[in-house]
Amino acid sequence: MLELRSVTAGHERHAPVVRDVSLTVAAGEAVGLLGPSGCGKSTLARVVALLHRPVSGTLLLDGEPVRRWRHRAPRALRTSFGVVFQQPRLAADPRLTLADLIAEPLRATGRGAEVPARTAELVEAVGLTPDLLVRRPHEVSDGQLQRACLARALAPRPRLLVCDEMTAMLDASTTAALVAAVERYRRGTGAALLAVGHDRTLLERWCDRTVHWDELRGSPAPEGGTERAAACR
Amino acid sequence: MTCDPRAGSPADPAPGSPVATPADPVPGSPAATPAGAAAPPADVSAAGAAAVSAAGGTAGSGAPARPAPWSRAGRRSRRRSRALRVRTSAAVLTVTVLAVLLVPPLAQLDQQAVDLAAALRPPGPAHPFGTDDVGRDLLLRCVYGLRVSLLVGVTAALAATVIGTAVGAVAGALGGWVDRGLMRVVDALASVPHLLLGIFIVAMFRPGVWPVILSVAVTHWLSTARIVRAEVLSLRSRPYVDAAVSGGASRARVLFRHLLPAVLPQAALAAVLMVPHAMWHESALSFLGLGLPTHLASLGNLIQDARGPLLAGHWWPALFPGLFLVVPTLAVAGLAGAWRERINPRRRSELML
Repeated sequence: MLELRSVTAGHERHAPVVRDVSLTVAAGEAVGLLGPSGCGKSTLARVVALLHRPVSGTLLLDGEPVRRWRHRAPRALRTSFGVVFQQPRLAADPRLTLADLIAEPLRATGRGAEVPARTAELVEAVGLTPDLLVRRPHEVSDGQLQRACLARALAPRPRLLVCDEMTAMLDASTTAALVAAVERYRRGTGAALLAVGHDRTLLERWCDRTVHWDELRGSPAPEGGTERAAACR
Repeated sequence: MTCDPRAGSPADPAPGSPVATPADPVPGSPAATPAGAAAPPADVSAAGAAAVSAAGGTAGSGAPARPAPWSRAGRRSRRRSRALRVRTSAAVLTVTVLAVLLVPPLAQLDQQAVDLAAALRPPGPAHPFGTDDVGRDLLLRCVYGLRVSLLVGVTAALAATVIGTAVGAVAGALGGWVDRGLMRVVDALASVPHLLLGIFIVAMFRPGVWPVILSVAVTHWLSTARIVRAEVLSLRSRPYVDAAVSGGASRARVLFRHLLPAVLPQAALAAVLMVPHAMWHESALSFLGLGLPTHLASLGNLIQDARGPLLAGHWWPALFPGLFLVVPTLAVAGLAGAWRERINPRRRSELML
């Protein structure tokens, strides 16, 4: 379903943090991507979610290469990838209530009519209580906010869910609840999953297949890259 | 983003807040009065109070009366002085607004009626502010002038803020060459002295209120545009904007739903701070004879007319319009300053998350 071919990406053009990475996610497959901190996992997740244009390489979706990123990407393409970020505080607009936060993708794509039914369904799926929905992000805990962010990511029914260290800041029970919610969604829709993280135990239990960052390099990495990865480890 | 070190706001976690000044290790602390220094350091708060009361009681005898701004007493007195400032400003502003709204319907002013027999009467019971050199009542003319100035100030500040917010938001949100182009336009306009540019714009039209408003609005949106652009740039790379993009939001949706609501408090504050500027600008144009037609009462026209009598020793035609210009603008600035101090802690708590 999704294929990355020797993707190079990063914020600095002369020293891209993601170099020559190749990765395949089959339809309905759950892939866990393990890697040390600072190695470029999050940048890769952003590339996959069409939020960051790579310097070189191709991203194929169902065999079709993706040529446009961010706002230029067609709306249907963007919403077929759902993203859950590491820090829910930064990923939630502080002015929106949780109900508005969850409904935002539906309203943005002109499906406002579905909002009440779909929101109720999502809220139940991620285990939020209705009394939390009128609160703003600063009035709920990290775990509750991350549940809302997961609901927001699931709202447009994505075909691939990208979880970028989704559970890194949360306790074990919230982690279990979020993973269970993702798995229920995937059983219901057959969506694929790319889970990025550094928690080997979790990803090995959660995903069909885990790959380590170092295994992704299509060709031998230049000196600086390996040293950096080694230093991270 | 950092809190203003001068602002002794109550939410400000002052370093060593429970410690009163006599125990403060900072050398040369202005509160280290002899009374405070003699007290044992264990009884710090009482010593602090003693120091303050001693300083207050002996203010004339050379002891430094002002406690250190970070002491508890200093903070309290600051809070009190700020409350006083806000109350005074609000009262002055209320009186001003009521005066310009209520007086004109009650007391009609014939702008061209002159009474040469009553020329240049000093302030007295019949004319509290005196009369001008053609015998017109100055109080009534000042109120009418303030009305024009406030109208021009508020309208022009609103228009300038709308232009500035639109330009700044578009520049910040689109980025790239649009941003660079718009910001160079802003720089180019800012490089021309804005009074000169305002005169140029006014000179293209007949004298009247609207050319003055246009002139002020067109020359005063630059700072708002810069503020809004900077805010939008800092918000644009936040993950919640990424999440919105991933959720299918268009550029306009991101701008109107996520970016503009976040910069609106800053833009509104800029608008309020712009009102005094706009009033001064209007008065300056009228003073130069380029604003309102000279027979109409406007603060600038009044001061311009008062120049001759002032040289002959008649001070009242110049003083009262000047006060009518200075006092309301100070009141607006005082309120806006308090508002800004209220906005800042909220931004800090956003950082602390």
